[in-house]
Amino acid sequence: MSKKSFRQALNEAMRQEMELDPRVILLGEDVAGGMGAKGEQDAWGDVLGASKGLLPEFGRERIYDTPISESAFIGAAAGAAINGLRPVAQLMFVDFFGVCGDQIINQMAKFRYMFGGKATTPVVIRTLCGAGLRAAAQHSQCLYPIFTHIPGLKVVVPSSPAEAKGLMIAAIRDDDPVIFLEHKAMYDDTEEVPDEPYAIPLGKARIVREGGDATIVAFGRMVKFATQAAAALEKKGVKCTVIDPRTTSPLDKTAILDSVSKTGRLVVVDEANPRCNMATDVSALVAQDAFKALKAPIRMVTPPHTPVPFAGELEDLYIPSPATIEAAVSATVSYH
Amino acid sequence: MQLSRTDLTKAYTEMRTIREFEERVHKEFATGLIPGFVHLYAGEETSAVGVCMQLNGVDYITSTHRGHGHCIGKGCNVEGMMKEIYGRQGGLCKGKGGSMHIADVGKGMLGANGIVGGGPPLACGAALAAKQRKTGGVAVAFFGDGGFNQGTTLESMNFASVYKLPVFFVLEDNGYAETTASTWSIGGHNPVQRAAGFGIPGERVDGHDFFAVYRAAKEAIDRIRDGEGPQFLHIEFTRYYGHFEGDAMTYRPPGEVNDERRYLDCLSFFRARVTSAGLLEAKDLDAIDREIAQLIDGAVTKAKAAPPPPATDLTSDVYNSY
Repeated sequence: MSKKSFRQALNEAMRQEMELDPRVILLGEDVAGGMGAKGEQDAWGDVLGASKGLLPEFGRERIYDTPISESAFIGAAAGAAINGLRPVAQLMFVDFFGVCGDQIINQMAKFRYMFGGKATTPVVIRTLCGAGLRAAAQHSQCLYPIFTHIPGLKVVVPSSPAEAKGLMIAAIRDDDPVIFLEHKAMYDDTEEVPDEPYAIPLGKARIVREGGDATIVAFGRMVKFATQAAAALEKKGVKCTVIDPRTTSPLDKTAILDSVSKTGRLVVVDEANPRCNMATDVSALVAQDAFKALKAPIRMVTPPHTPVPFAGELEDLYIPSPATIEAAVSATVSYH
Repeated sequence: MQLSRTDLTKAYTEMRTIREFEERVHKEFATGLIPGFVHLYAGEETSAVGVCMQLNGVDYITSTHRGHGHCIGKGCNVEGMMKEIYGRQGGLCKGKGGSMHIADVGKGMLGANGIVGGGPPLACGAALAAKQRKTGGVAVAFFGDGGFNQGTTLESMNFASVYKLPVFFVLEDNGYAETTASTWSIGGHNPVQRAAGFGIPGERVDGHDFFAVYRAAKEAIDRIRDGEGPQFLHIEFTRYYGHFEGDAMTYRPPGEVNDERRYLDCLSFFRARVTSAGLLEAKDLDAIDREIAQLIDGAVTKAKAAPPPPATDLTSDVYNSY
């Protein structure tokens, strides 16, 4: 056990799985870097450096830098998976899903079902998401609701370094295509991360903290903000349960419904745009299956329904904050 | 090909403006005041200027991550650009787009693009509209050696070919798609031949030489305006800065950029050529340099002094009833 960043935790997960299983390969744009160039190889180790250092250990037989051709290499990952490899493909920013959506939605997601269960597609698509870096409208989205909508895909939204490691290992070992969304504003977050390999099951929520007054369900980076809000609320005598579902698909319905049945109050925090996002999905689940337990209307904390703005002043208003979460919880507990 | 004194002055002024703009943004970025991802165009000035000098008000361009030069080439206001890059009021996109999405549709500049290969289909559409509306306009799709390997670019070349759309496909090959060498990533290693595969005539030019780019662009765009359909140009040069600001460029051999700047700089070439031929005087060019330095300095000062966008801008310009 030692302190590791989100980036280091991901690196360790990939390294350990590559050591364990020769079928695991990496591919994507600049996942090593310097391909064909005369300078340093492994120049980047992907755009934020999560796979840096893997090239010297595993070589270009296991780590494929690709041309900028998302449709080709994301689709190739699916093709390689169906033919015995376990590719980890890096889609640099999830926004670039727009370029290669067919290979994800119509191809890899469908194979197992459409081929009558005769194919498995053990692909992991690692991809950066989230606002906060002034990266503007085409490099800042949280598109996990889109993948959640597609049967056949598993969708992971890790909330901390230790979570990222265990969930990445589980994703690589999983036989279905997994979309793994790494919030770029969390890359330098650090915490104690076990050194040995471990897998966190996909579909099992984490109860971050427990309290009887309200349930906060949050995703990805919002778990951190929800936890900060819960800590501030506790000082005011309001005790919250914070649930990190870890995966949006499968979704741990039981953990959410059990908690709401005890607290009777729900706030869902989602950095994705508000229409048809995880906040609406969880709200619908609770409204349908735990209606009698509810003591107050469900509240959703999300950005506005706009693209992510560039200017820092606007982006800061866009992103849900611990303060907006705290206000939503306060409103629900004071509802009578 | 002989350019008039006016055209030569215009060419130098615009290339110098791009260079000064980018060098200054590089410097300012290092102070931490410019937010986000910034991709600089310094070293590639011949393309934006050599191509855009053939264009007029009815023509459109689509751009790349590296879009500042294209903006200046297409006549965008540098103060509005600088304010945009700083994320301030008065920016070309009200501070809502930033460097990677800088645009001025009124000037026919359809935007820098955060998506590699995002532009060529849009250029096809602009060209289709120009053809249907009989405006006489052409559309230029600028893309890099990275974008040249995107399906969207290749599909667009085919689409433009079958409909004989007035599109000029301009491959700005600066040697690296992020860290990856274009000598590796472009399969077949012959872009002109690739374009020929779509039935699109093209040629390769040395991008350090403004006059070569200008001539090739003029001939191609003349053919497009004559109804000959899409044309292709492969321009080879280098970029003086990283893929983005903050990229340490370790994938490039030591000294590569310095050598390019010292021996192959397009502005130095241009200056030497026009002064030695007696077409423009060195003192006139010096005066232009000083004028542009002031212009850019003023733009930076005004951008820094401009207020941030008002909070109400967060939810404007989009259907938002939620």
